[in-house]
Amino acid sequence: MTKQSRGAAFDPIFRYACVSAATLLLAALTGVVASLLIGGWPAFAKFGIGFFFDTTWNPVTEVYGAAGPIAGTLITSALALALALPIAAGVAIFLVEFCPGMLARPIAIAVELLAGIPSIVYGMWGLFVLAPWFAEHVQIPMLYVIPPGSIWETIFNGVPNGANIFTASLILAIMILPYMAAVFRELFLTVPPQVRESAYGIGCTPLEVVGSVTIPYVRSGAVGVIMLGLGRALGETMAVTFIIGNAHGLPTSLFDSGSTLASTIANEFTEATGEMHTAALTALGLVLFIITFTVLAIARLLLARARKY
Amino acid sequence: MGRRFRRTAANALFVGACFIATALALTALGLIMYSLLRQGLGGLDLNIFTKSTPAPGSEGGLSNAIMGSLMMCAAAMVIAVVVGLLAGTYLAEYGGDSAYGHLIRFLNDVLLAAPSILVGLFIYEIMVRPLHGFSGWAGAAALALLAAPVVTRTTEDILRLQPKELREAGMGLGSPRWITIRKIIWRGAGGGLLTGALLGFARISGETAPLLFTALNNQFFSLDMSQPIASLPAVIFQYALSAYDDWRRLAWAGALLIALAVLAANIIGRVIAARGSHRQ
Repeated sequence: MTKQSRGAAFDPIFRYACVSAATLLLAALTGVVASLLIGGWPAFAKFGIGFFFDTTWNPVTEVYGAAGPIAGTLITSALALALALPIAAGVAIFLVEFCPGMLARPIAIAVELLAGIPSIVYGMWGLFVLAPWFAEHVQIPMLYVIPPGSIWETIFNGVPNGANIFTASLILAIMILPYMAAVFRELFLTVPPQVRESAYGIGCTPLEVVGSVTIPYVRSGAVGVIMLGLGRALGETMAVTFIIGNAHGLPTSLFDSGSTLASTIANEFTEATGEMHTAALTALGLVLFIITFTVLAIARLLLARARKY
Repeated sequence: MGRRFRRTAANALFVGACFIATALALTALGLIMYSLLRQGLGGLDLNIFTKSTPAPGSEGGLSNAIMGSLMMCAAAMVIAVVVGLLAGTYLAEYGGDSAYGHLIRFLNDVLLAAPSILVGLFIYEIMVRPLHGFSGWAGAAALALLAAPVVTRTTEDILRLQPKELREAGMGLGSPRWITIRKIIWRGAGGGLLTGALLGFARISGETAPLLFTALNNQFFSLDMSQPIASLPAVIFQYALSAYDDWRRLAWAGALLIALAVLAANIIGRVIAARGSHRQ
């Protein structure tokens, strides 16, 4: 066999190795879904559709319902998004439109680096700095100010220890902020300079340029970014576990402690008492997967469409 | 006059809001970095690297956790780089535009953004439960599954940036395709591929959730990957939620170490990528 033909003989083998590696990724994702389905099946079989609407979560009586964690996940993520979105958009617009050139690069790089800081660091800060501060300077003063019996008392009711739905949302917002700002900035930079400059040329103010040129140009991509941010918030585990208070059941107020799907799994999985407890936690994992997958698929679809234009 | 005033005023409000948003964001992130440095630097001494995690009240460090994290990350990166490099090559060079290629790319994106705790549950179901025991290998497998999509994605992006002429030149010399890819395309993209691996490392080095029920934790120094093993994130989680001041101090020091490692990986990756793009 000559050297060359030996080299050529390896061609299909190399190709086969590449295809196998790609297929391994497919197998991994299929495996994730299958293992969640199989592991969680006993819980779905026993509690049926009620699993999604029941608010009890009681390892002693072996009655499990996912309504509390599902509500906690959706509420914290939505609140975090509502807090982070305007600020992230503001940062991105500042960097693209107003920031003096010398500062723009360092700030942009800092924002991108902060997006990579592990969530456990944010969680520790939430637990040791934000929660005590929030209890002392927000919750306790509010106890004195709010008239008893008013609607405000219902909304802001809760143990003043800083571990609640609101502070968890705040930490989530801070966490997804650098990520969203970085992606927004990239998106705004895809607007051709000619288009923006011609708007400035006919006398538009920066507000009008952003409002009627930049944002319409990136609209569908921007929705994609929002969905990606939401996806991150939904699946975030450690930071939330530190600060949400880990109470089961439906949260009744903004300052009530609660739990999310991910935080419940992280807290209880290794200490699960029986088969049904493990199954119920795995079922929570499946619910989390379905929610994040839906959000992600929508985000990809919108971003792909945005890239086509 | 009225209209012009309205436009100017609205614009001034808008510009002001953008400035305030940036100031708010930088303040919040600055506060976090400040706490991390202030609390973490205090606990950072030589003991951290030489002593194992202590019982409450006695002196100790994080050496077992650091070692466990390094070993699991290293094992995970070996798997992730092999799988990611080959899968990325498939997407860029072979079947990227086929229906199967599109499917793989989409699924890779799903894996990239899937909550890491679900990966932990998966590895628990396939490795921990059947083998009746938590182990360092299970932790490494979970981390590998989190890093591989990052490597795949960056590999594909980098390889697609390589000029078509390089492939044509390789074929013109009569070299088999796999040699063209290995000796020309991969070599040309070397820096970018390294960046992909570093980004993958940055992604997994701080991951906590998937380790909680794969590698579990270990109070003692251990190099045995087939047994439960300590990791920095798991120790931080345990110690931060404890009631002991010295444990909490160790948790802050560990958090600082992880943040520094992630920042270093990200910065080095960026520098390599930037140098590569200058040369071209």
